[in-house]
Amino acid sequence: MISNIKLIAINELRRLFKSPFAWIILAIMQFLMAIFFYLLLSQYLEASSVTSGLTDIVVSGMYQICGIILLLISPLLTMRLITEERRLGTIKLLVSSPITITELVLGKYFGIIIFYCLILLMISLMPISLMFGTQLDLGQIASGLIGLLLLMSTFAAIGLFISSLTSSPAIAAISTFGVLIFLWIINYAGINASESVAEVFSYMSLLKHYTSLLTGVFSSVDVLFYIIVSVYFIILSIWRLDAERTYS
Amino acid sequence: MTSEILISVQELSRSYAQQKAIENVSFNVHRGEILGFLGPNGAGKSTTMQIICGVITAHHGSVNIAGHDINTAPQLAKNHIGFLPEQPPLYYDLTVNEYLNYAAKLRGIKKNELTNKVNLSKERCGLKNVGSRLIQNLSKGYKQRVGIAQAIIHSPPVIILDEPTSGLDPIQIREIRELMRELGKDHSVILSTHILSEIHSLCNRVLIIDQGHIVLDQRLDQLENGSIKPDSVEIGLRNPPKLESLLCIEGITSVERINEEVFCINFNQESNMIDTIVKKSVFDNWGLFKLKPRGASLEETFMRLTHGDIEQLEKNNIK
Repeated sequence: MISNIKLIAINELRRLFKSPFAWIILAIMQFLMAIFFYLLLSQYLEASSVTSGLTDIVVSGMYQICGIILLLISPLLTMRLITEERRLGTIKLLVSSPITITELVLGKYFGIIIFYCLILLMISLMPISLMFGTQLDLGQIASGLIGLLLLMSTFAAIGLFISSLTSSPAIAAISTFGVLIFLWIINYAGINASESVAEVFSYMSLLKHYTSLLTGVFSSVDVLFYIIVSVYFIILSIWRLDAERTYS
Repeated sequence: MTSEILISVQELSRSYAQQKAIENVSFNVHRGEILGFLGPNGAGKSTTMQIICGVITAHHGSVNIAGHDINTAPQLAKNHIGFLPEQPPLYYDLTVNEYLNYAAKLRGIKKNELTNKVNLSKERCGLKNVGSRLIQNLSKGYKQRVGIAQAIIHSPPVIILDEPTSGLDPIQIREIRELMRELGKDHSVILSTHILSEIHSLCNRVLIIDQGHIVLDQRLDQLENGSIKPDSVEIGLRNPPKLESLLCIEGITSVERINEEVFCINFNQESNMIDTIVKKSVFDNWGLFKLKPRGASLEETFMRLTHGDIEQLEKNNIK
């Protein structure tokens, strides 16, 4: 079980890094985050009256922006997960091999998660470099990182599921993009509604649970929210691929 | 044949949306058999093959691979299968070596055997010199070979190849046929093809499928030895008599003139019309130079079977 998942995840990563795509994403992320890092840092240094700490402004600020940029990039990374296997016909190789669909889906999922970890590691080097000059709230950084990773895992699970629905990467990308943005802004849906309805919509938003983690509030409910959403979409992907063998 | 049954297919049916792809398909394949799967486009060849390999599931019926049911014990059953789909399932951005390594690991080959198996498979498919090349840069024939290499890499007892020789040049086709003949000795091979001569030179059993039904399932040697009785002959006469006098001969139902000297004669299978013709030819100096039974060759059978007329054939030929 584990070895098959590992095999597929490694192959996924290997193929990702075979194309310039993964490298370019890493480079652009690094470049953009460096700009934001610089801006946030100078904002902190120039502020006349400091109300919040360095970690709050620079590190959490950066992770906040990083979440939004990754929302834009994530559909591009997940679009080819299943669609490409279909297009190349390699899905037949996988399905006729002695591996289960669950292993296949989990392998694909963890492959992309490892890549996300790499992105997060790379951009976290910048705020961590501040440690040479000053003190940082490591707990808050860790909580923010965990939040970002959970957010990414949710993006990946949703993208994976949508990728399993079609054989066109472009359709998968744009649909994933739409769904992610929708789940991001859904809290505005209840803006004019009664308080209890607004509460529900705001709770469904991917953004809300992330913000609290960013401020260093590690609440297990928020963590569970992301895990449940991820697991839900992973199970949907497995079902979808399984059903495809019977109804196509 | 008494040897072990490796593939057992029972009453398979599968439809796409409203369209029936195959209906009630049953057959067994023994170890050491090379089964040629023949049929016009859209007859259900690929569907049947994909069901056997577990790529799609049947709506009715069962598939048993080396004693394991593909639905209830898919992992065990799939361990025994090597499958080459119609379009070779290749990752174009990997090299041949990387790809074959991956395919081998997917089939559960242990680390210590990996290099050996990959090398053996490469050697068998003539890929030794292209190991470090990217698959996307290979020619179509080589891609096809890589596809075959992944199917046999774990030396599975059951090998299923969907049009394995398409896109290959004549020399490669010869090599691949040689390879399959070798594999057929101690494996079960099912291969689908459009090329009738391929069946002749390779298979020891042929299965013709048309519109989702099996219309012929026979060993090739039986087929050739006239277990299907010809009911028409082509005769060539240097001094042909009038058509009417030919029609007079007992047992002849119709005569068709192909050219000046060659006639196609349909006759009643029970009559000894051929004897009569030969005798008459000697007495009346017709100059018989050609007598060729029609309808017994694979090609004729295929043509007849796949152009309607199934009922009659089922009456005559199928066990």
